[in-house]
Amino acid sequence: MLRLPRLRYLRPRSVAEASEMAASNPGSMFIAGGTDLVPNLKRRQFDVSTLISLNALPNGTAVVGDAKRGLEIRAGATLDELAPHPALDGPYRALAQACGLVSTPQVRVMGTLGGNLLVDPRCNYYNQTYSWRKAVGFCMKKDGQICLVARSSPRCWAVSSSDSAPVAVALNAQVTLHGVEGTRTIPAASLYKDDGIDYTTKRRDEVITAMHLPAVSGRMTSAYWKLRRRPSFDFPILGVAIAITWDEGVVRHARGALGAVGSHPVDITPYLAPLTGARPGEDLIVGVAEAADKPSRPLDNTDLSHYWRKRMTKVYIERALREACGLPPLEGRLSAQVKAGAS
Amino acid sequence: MSIPERVAVRLRVNGEEAALMVPPYKTLLEVLREDMGLTGTKHGCELGECSTCGVLVDGKPYLSCLSMPLDLEGREILTVEGMSADGRSHPLQIAFAELGAAQCGYCTPAMLLTAKALLDTDPHPSRDAIMEALAGVLCRCTGYLKIFEAVELAASRDGITAR
Repeated sequence: MLRLPRLRYLRPRSVAEASEMAASNPGSMFIAGGTDLVPNLKRRQFDVSTLISLNALPNGTAVVGDAKRGLEIRAGATLDELAPHPALDGPYRALAQACGLVSTPQVRVMGTLGGNLLVDPRCNYYNQTYSWRKAVGFCMKKDGQICLVARSSPRCWAVSSSDSAPVAVALNAQVTLHGVEGTRTIPAASLYKDDGIDYTTKRRDEVITAMHLPAVSGRMTSAYWKLRRRPSFDFPILGVAIAITWDEGVVRHARGALGAVGSHPVDITPYLAPLTGARPGEDLIVGVAEAADKPSRPLDNTDLSHYWRKRMTKVYIERALREACGLPPLEGRLSAQVKAGAS
Repeated sequence: MSIPERVAVRLRVNGEEAALMVPPYKTLLEVLREDMGLTGTKHGCELGECSTCGVLVDGKPYLSCLSMPLDLEGREILTVEGMSADGRSHPLQIAFAELGAAQCGYCTPAMLLTAKALLDTDPHPSRDAIMEALAGVLCRCTGYLKIFEAVELAASRDGITAR
């Protein structure tokens, strides 16, 4: 049987107490839903002597606000609360889609938004039991010295595997962090670092308490597309988040981010610039999708072939863009992919 | 601070209060099976990937292999042992038995409980809703069709135990 290591389990009653506990217990980690942390601990992917549970903190309303004023979402809200939430049905729909596409219904009942934002980057050589990793040879992310995906690499290439992270970047969200030195609110994009081990700017004693979605002036649409082997189960092996603001049918600004193609959510907003000022039709979207997959550089360290995941990037960008632009789904025609194959 | 060998936990399982002394790092699955003798809850992958360890917490499907008992104090936990009442099987259990909706039976407790959570909120679910609700529970015998049909049969009886 796979068991947790011996550890203490603390249950602070306030965020301030939680931060203080983390600061005074060097070998501690926070736990909320536990759906990512507990399996990782059973596989001994961390050395932890203390878990600090965030499940006894006061429970507020999951979502406050509306599109005119902006939304504040409690980080402890569960994914199954957010997926069908009416406040996320309009401009911020991509976030509801992402929450509803995380793993299985059971995991969504337990898992929280804050936990999903901070999913530990994953790798075929890392998310394995201790004995598996020992037999193959440990990697630099835990117990070893080298990267088993890119052996001469000085850095870890574990993959950002959060569904909500690319959406947070595309929606230009902010997150509030509470630590012993006070509270700070930062753009979601700057929560992440492009490193498989040191992947977040969140300090050890900081708890994510809320995500803020900016107010929308005029009309905004958003969409999230996720690629995985089993549509009812897996972590993303590619995620595409798109958010577009409109002025009477003309694109004012388009933002986008890719998930699971690197160690952090990859911003593709500059590649979407040709959409600005346009009324996007099929051809423009194909052209933009062709170009916007450039920063997608998957390595051979998650499920399925990285060549295929790279090729699927433009296809999924196209599909997400079509959805955000209100065009009908492609019904099996993969125009961007077909074009790439013909060239 | 040293790691305590055991801590006091009060759990409410199948309508009964239980006061236990268990190591703080034991999951709900381990406590149910090893400390409470409720072996109807099965352990499969123990990593949250198969949902075979599913129980209901306040009516919602939870993975007991990932749940920490200290966080569940004051919550209502239901295992498959608590599905029958007054010596009568739950309509889902009867429908599963009638249709043979079990092959090896290992996933059956989690299938039953997850289906119960669905029927409690949506008494007449569509086939798609049943498939979505049970999506997380793996049946390695791949006998899903009869399971879906059994849930539909139980739903068609409006919760009234037939026979």
